[in-house]
Amino acid sequence: MEHEKQGFVSRYIFSFDHKMIGKQYFTLAMSMGFIGGILAVLIRLQLGFPSQPFPFLENLFPVGMASGIMTPEFYVSLFTMHGTIMVFFLLSLLPVSGFGNFLIPLQIGARDMAFPFLNMLSFWTVVPGAIIIIISFFVEGGAAASGWTAYPPLSAIRSAIPGSDLGQTLWLVGMIFFVASFTMGGLNFVVTILNLRTKGLRMMRMPLTTWAQFIVGILGLLSFPALAAGALLLTFDRSLGTSFFLPAGIFIGDTLMPHEGGTPLLWQHLFWFLGHPEVYIIMLPAMGFTSDILATFCRRPIFGYRSMVYAIWAIGTLSFLVWGHHMFVSGMSPFLGSLFVVTTLAIAIPSAVKAFNWLFTIARAKIHFTSASLFGLGVVSLFVTGGLTGIFLGTNATDIQLHDTYFVVGHFHFIMAGAGLFGAFGAVYYWYPKMFGRMLSERLGKIHFWITFVAYYAVFFPMHYLGVSGMMRRIYDPNVYEYLQPLQPVNLFITISAFVLFAGQLLFIYNYFVSMRRGAPATANPWNSAGLEWSTPAYPGHGNWEGEIPPAHRWPYDYSEPGKKRDFTPQWEA
Amino acid sequence: MSQTAIAQADWGGGASPFGVTWQKMMMWFFIVTDALLFAGLLVSYGVVRIATGDWPTQSEVFSLTYIATMTFVLITSSATMACGVKAAELGRPKTAAKFVWLTILGGFIFLGMQAFEWSVFIGDGGGITGNPWGSPTFSQFFFIITGFHGFHVLTGVIVLLVVAVRAAMGRYSPAGVENAGLYWHFVDLVWVFVFALFYLV
Repeated sequence: MEHEKQGFVSRYIFSFDHKMIGKQYFTLAMSMGFIGGILAVLIRLQLGFPSQPFPFLENLFPVGMASGIMTPEFYVSLFTMHGTIMVFFLLSLLPVSGFGNFLIPLQIGARDMAFPFLNMLSFWTVVPGAIIIIISFFVEGGAAASGWTAYPPLSAIRSAIPGSDLGQTLWLVGMIFFVASFTMGGLNFVVTILNLRTKGLRMMRMPLTTWAQFIVGILGLLSFPALAAGALLLTFDRSLGTSFFLPAGIFIGDTLMPHEGGTPLLWQHLFWFLGHPEVYIIMLPAMGFTSDILATFCRRPIFGYRSMVYAIWAIGTLSFLVWGHHMFVSGMSPFLGSLFVVTTLAIAIPSAVKAFNWLFTIARAKIHFTSASLFGLGVVSLFVTGGLTGIFLGTNATDIQLHDTYFVVGHFHFIMAGAGLFGAFGAVYYWYPKMFGRMLSERLGKIHFWITFVAYYAVFFPMHYLGVSGMMRRIYDPNVYEYLQPLQPVNLFITISAFVLFAGQLLFIYNYFVSMRRGAPATANPWNSAGLEWSTPAYPGHGNWEGEIPPAHRWPYDYSEPGKKRDFTPQWEA
Repeated sequence: MSQTAIAQADWGGGASPFGVTWQKMMMWFFIVTDALLFAGLLVSYGVVRIATGDWPTQSEVFSLTYIATMTFVLITSSATMACGVKAAELGRPKTAAKFVWLTILGGFIFLGMQAFEWSVFIGDGGGITGNPWGSPTFSQFFFIITGFHGFHVLTGVIVLLVVAVRAAMGRYSPAGVENAGLYWHFVDLVWVFVFALFYLV
């Protein structure tokens, strides 16, 4: 089939091809993740060496790092933007928008997404959002500084702190672009998966990655409207002087604010009604990647496929009933709190189902240790570690003690950020041959894994001790409290580990970009995988399959069937 | 492969789920997510109203007869829209276009009445930062909820204008009319909730 001649612009910029759009998302998300990583390094710099001068940084941030010492205002902006960029622009864009776009049509046997134009539009809607978020660092007052959760009144009153001014406005505008883009993407995902599957690909024959993307699409469509409504009200509060989130009697300095009648708790409800499903929007794709990767490299069918699907459904459904566990200390009725404890701990059941199914898939298998499978195993490890600490935070009696301490920071960096990130890394190592027609360097990949894995535990595990010892989550300089001073060596250790962790990621970036040109050419199915996406040519063009779309004769996990010559039977073979 | 070839490529999956095209399915999912946006605003209104206490009696601020008339106009436009969709399905483009134009007329009347309602409200002292009747959030929620709904009606009118003009040019498809109709019914249904929850309760 002949390829239509395409110019540079229609091929690489305003492309309709779902694979190119997916790769555009990768580039965007990795750039944003790199910036978010630099912010993390700066945060750790302050905590490891509190208020010590680093004169060379003054050139980069003349206001925030005047004479090389970080100002508290700048520190607050740093962790706010680190959270925002990482949660929304890396961990949502890379696994969901990036891999969702790239993989869904390949895995379900479709030529493209249902609505390619909308797909292109959704990418070019999120780009201005990302740019606005970055620009906010360079405006008067600096970037937003109310935390990634943007709680009012800090986020609602322009004169509250320097970051509450233009920076917070740009934060809101950027988020509105993001929500619009994510909604368009979600519509495309759900409709494509329901309507465009190839012959024979029943829902219960779909790979778990596609199942996860399907549920993620639904979660996004149901949860992001709450944030959109909140953002609309917050924009009004900020720019038109309404009081939706502002009660009477707020003083900024000596000035009494004219607002009355609103309630700041309303924002917390709206935000967390999105916020909790959002962490599963990040986690579920990683779970899907891990299932596909572990099955392939253990050469075993995934254990308990049906229960895996039901667990995804259960997690998705329960995620809408637990938002209150972020608000245990907001003064809510203890009875209501108990209800949220029950729903929260109920999520442990489907989560444990998934963890045990992975363990049964691994058990007594001859694992092929590739970079992808190592990262897949890393997800299981981080998921269990983070899951166990989640029980302490999901129970209101212990959460009241641990709330807003470094225990929380350690917990969510394991389960949501860590497992999500490791899942995305594993997926890149696994599907890279299909993305660029070349292989990544396995040697660099394995070095990257071990640095990342060890450094990740070294950074985030000690944070639990800091939290139990009472170090606050968003503190600028812990040494102002005498009881936190003995913890300084731990903070220094974490900071050094964080530098190592960041340096390790440079290896990945090098590997990713250099292998695009110089990697060994890939075959159509380099891992001997059974999934439908591997029936495409080594570097599929627009339209994915040269001839007819292959039908699906089976599920994608037929590995090591007894009595067969090959140790796998592809999905497209009868 | 060219873009058109991909768009026309058949898929081999047999009967599509729920027996609908992806376009219609996408419109349904969009309606769900948009409905939740309104739900977010209406729930916020409920929370703030309960937390505030001094909420004015709506019938003393608004003329409920006037609002009921607006509701009647909008629901009537839903009926004409349904007739338009049916006519399009039966393959009578001229009748369909006539009903779509009637629907557009209903939309414009509604928007005009809403503009008049706003001007009276503002003239009586209702503002974005406060009002003479009670909690300032009362007028604030009035503007944001009815304004956001009015914005949806305006969008719907624009969509219907596109449908009507395309029908006049002969570029018309029953499925397109039906999707526009789905959106229009949704906008009307949301108004019923706004009417009940903001004006009556």
